[in-house]
Amino acid sequence: MSLFPAPSPSGVSVRPVNDEFHGDLLEISMGPHHPSTHGVFRMQVTLDGETIVKLKPVFGYLHRNHEKLGENTTYLASMPYTDRLDYLNSMTNNWAYAIAVEKLAGQPVPERAEYLRIILAELTRLLNHTCLAGFLLQDSGAMGTPLMYAFREREKILELFEALSGSRMMCNFQRFGGCRVDASPAWLAAAQGVVDAYGSFLDEFEALLTGNEILMARTQGTGVLTPQLAINASVTGPLLRATGVDYDIRKVDAYGLYSRFNFRVPLGAHGDTYDRYMIRILEMRESIKILQQALRELPAGPVMDPKAKLRGFRPKAGEAYGRIEGPKGEIGFYLISDGSPNPYRYRVRPPSFVNLTILEDMCLGQTIADAVIILGSVDIVLGEVDR
Amino acid sequence: MSDVPSAHPDSASGSAAPALVSDQEREELRRQGILLTKMEDLYNWGRSNSVWPLNFGLACCAIEMIAASMARFDISRFGSEVYRPSPRQADLLIVSGTVTKKMAPQVIRLWNQMPEPKYCIAMGACAISGGPFKQGYNVLKGIDRFIPVDIYIPGCPPRPEALLNGLIALQEKIRGQHLTGPNAPRHLRADDRCEYPVPEFGAHDLEPPANPEVFQPPTIVRTEK
Amino acid sequence: METLEQLRDRLLARFPGAEVTLVTNPGAAAQHSLLLGASQAREIACFLRDDPALQLDYCSNVTGIDWPDKEIVETTKTTVPDPAGGPAKVVEQKTKRLQPGYLEAVYHLYSMALKHGPVILRLRTANRTDQANVPSLTPVWRGCEFQEREAFDLFGIVFTGHPDLRRILMWDEFKDFPMRKDYVEPDDYEWEPTPHGGVLEKAAKHYPVAATPPADTPPAPPAPEGKQP
Repeated sequence: MSLFPAPSPSGVSVRPVNDEFHGDLLEISMGPHHPSTHGVFRMQVTLDGETIVKLKPVFGYLHRNHEKLGENTTYLASMPYTDRLDYLNSMTNNWAYAIAVEKLAGQPVPERAEYLRIILAELTRLLNHTCLAGFLLQDSGAMGTPLMYAFREREKILELFEALSGSRMMCNFQRFGGCRVDASPAWLAAAQGVVDAYGSFLDEFEALLTGNEILMARTQGTGVLTPQLAINASVTGPLLRATGVDYDIRKVDAYGLYSRFNFRVPLGAHGDTYDRYMIRILEMRESIKILQQALRELPAGPVMDPKAKLRGFRPKAGEAYGRIEGPKGEIGFYLISDGSPNPYRYRVRPPSFVNLTILEDMCLGQTIADAVIILGSVDIVLGEVDR
Repeated sequence: MSDVPSAHPDSASGSAAPALVSDQEREELRRQGILLTKMEDLYNWGRSNSVWPLNFGLACCAIEMIAASMARFDISRFGSEVYRPSPRQADLLIVSGTVTKKMAPQVIRLWNQMPEPKYCIAMGACAISGGPFKQGYNVLKGIDRFIPVDIYIPGCPPRPEALLNGLIALQEKIRGQHLTGPNAPRHLRADDRCEYPVPEFGAHDLEPPANPEVFQPPTIVRTEK
Repeated sequence: METLEQLRDRLLARFPGAEVTLVTNPGAAAQHSLLLGASQAREIACFLRDDPALQLDYCSNVTGIDWPDKEIVETTKTTVPDPAGGPAKVVEQKTKRLQPGYLEAVYHLYSMALKHGPVILRLRTANRTDQANVPSLTPVWRGCEFQEREAFDLFGIVFTGHPDLRRILMWDEFKDFPMRKDYVEPDDYEWEPTPHGGVLEKAAKHYPVAATPPADTPPAPPAPEGKQP
């Protein structure tokens, strides 16, 4: 038997047994308090030297009973709770929930509201991907600087959100049948300014990072995910597209008015951490295109369907599953109504929770330091993983 | 050393003995290069200006905590930019987010591992009382059920400015403390308990659900009208 | 994509003896679903994944639903002829029937290859206590792994054939299934300034005289132990 066994068919070399030459396996518990786990996530890792031979994620440290609370309150009262699911992207969470309820009740949405939703969702995507890139670089050892750049841009977008909805993070903006308030011309001009300047920020960010030799050495070839496994494990979002699978719900479902917009879906070729970083940068470029188009073509009109009912909202008995392409993947809401003011069943399909299914497969055979950046590239938010 | 603060108004009025040296005389001495201050003021000055927080995020508020440490809000103006990953090196536990029952023992263990002098800020509605998630079966109704909290910052989530305000309030609280007497910092009091009991996971709830030495539930006085 | 009726007929032809029922959705979304019997559910799931016309390779959402025992009151009207020869009387008879409860696992399937969906599968347990098991579909779609564990944790649905069925969100020592409708949470109500809804009921239980405190009464300082009202 050779000292180093041949790689397994999946390309992973795992040495699960310990002989007298290799010494004992080391079991460590990373988290729930760990600076690189993006919150209270925990990984039960077994190491052979520095190599990971087993990794079990442990959840539930931020299990806030979102679904139970949603079943005990009215449909509208769950809207602010959705803000706190994935607390970086409250606008897309709102939208996913609104879409599910609109499907349940057969509620139409006016055109201007659809445009406004697209603008806010794409701004959210910019915000999320920028922060993710900052955190990813923080995890790979670039302490401070990339995150400072990312948060500088985040503040600009948060200012827009605050001006529109009154809150920086917890926007609570979408309603069933439209949006809560309309955007003023001054707000649209400010948004145009942010969008116009974003491309040059990305250029600056990329000049610092994309061609950086250290970043490439750390991320290229680490955490490789195959498309077959990704599909079978229900991986969605940038993580899936980095493996080369063309599946973007904005294109597939064409929800909202995305069919009117001209944008491309960037695809990766290797499925490694670097591709996942690049996919996000390229998606931001596409988001800027969508934003430019939406701001240019924004029609006049109401932002709320005049027949929409918010207070005393009671959809007919039935069920609906509504989903959108959130920045982290498919975020969906599954609602069952029994005709009462509260949903009978309220279920969130959390993208990053499901994406963590393949964390062990990506980490096996890698070093413990790579597990940190692989986790960083999955892009999790614990509010949504544990709910 | 000219930026040593003068005596805090509270501490000046609170001391029983009359001041031996007037402020004018002290100022005159300082011009001559002689620094005359109280041990207490020096100690509080040192403690209050180097409050190092634990790099510990729980939920939504943690993002605003990170934002407070970034360029725009710049928490380093207050000497607190040094986020330590290890509780052994940290002075301040910012409980930034919802404490679930599954997480509560770990938070208390972190608090026990921090060396004195240490402070706790409950940041956001969830850390104070459970906030919007108060009725959840897995949500602890406030971290003050298990550990003593110095500063409460309301908000959901509080803005970074609110965190800075809470930090300033904490610094003022530290500067107002005495080395002896009832207003002494926790670690200088004889009745200080170094370790707080860590609850265990029970079949239905944490056991015990609260630490009665730290927390008594508020009660209502019913007025007969 | 073929309609759900066609798919059901095709499944029944392909798997003779399998139980496949169409569950219609009366709501506006009209997302109907297929109820599968436990015996051949995994074979049918494999077929749905691999069939070239369907290729439902992506299992998006897995969740549990609790349907507790329900008492159904049925009213039957019978016409009783009057023995005295008068007009016939209509007698209403109410019968109570206990519909046994069950737990349900719901799977939302999509196709990444052909970009269609959703096809919704439902599996039902026999009851809510000792036979709360359905076959796990994790061997078919790996993406079900954590979501099935979650349904096990919160609803108590036992997925037979799941590779690693443990509690996932609650701690291991926890005994209850909190997402069930009859879950009783630990009684640790705490005073709130504005109780409403279910919280008001809890408040009334704890403070029997005045369910809500008068607006001008501030909360009292902590009372010594044993002096709670």
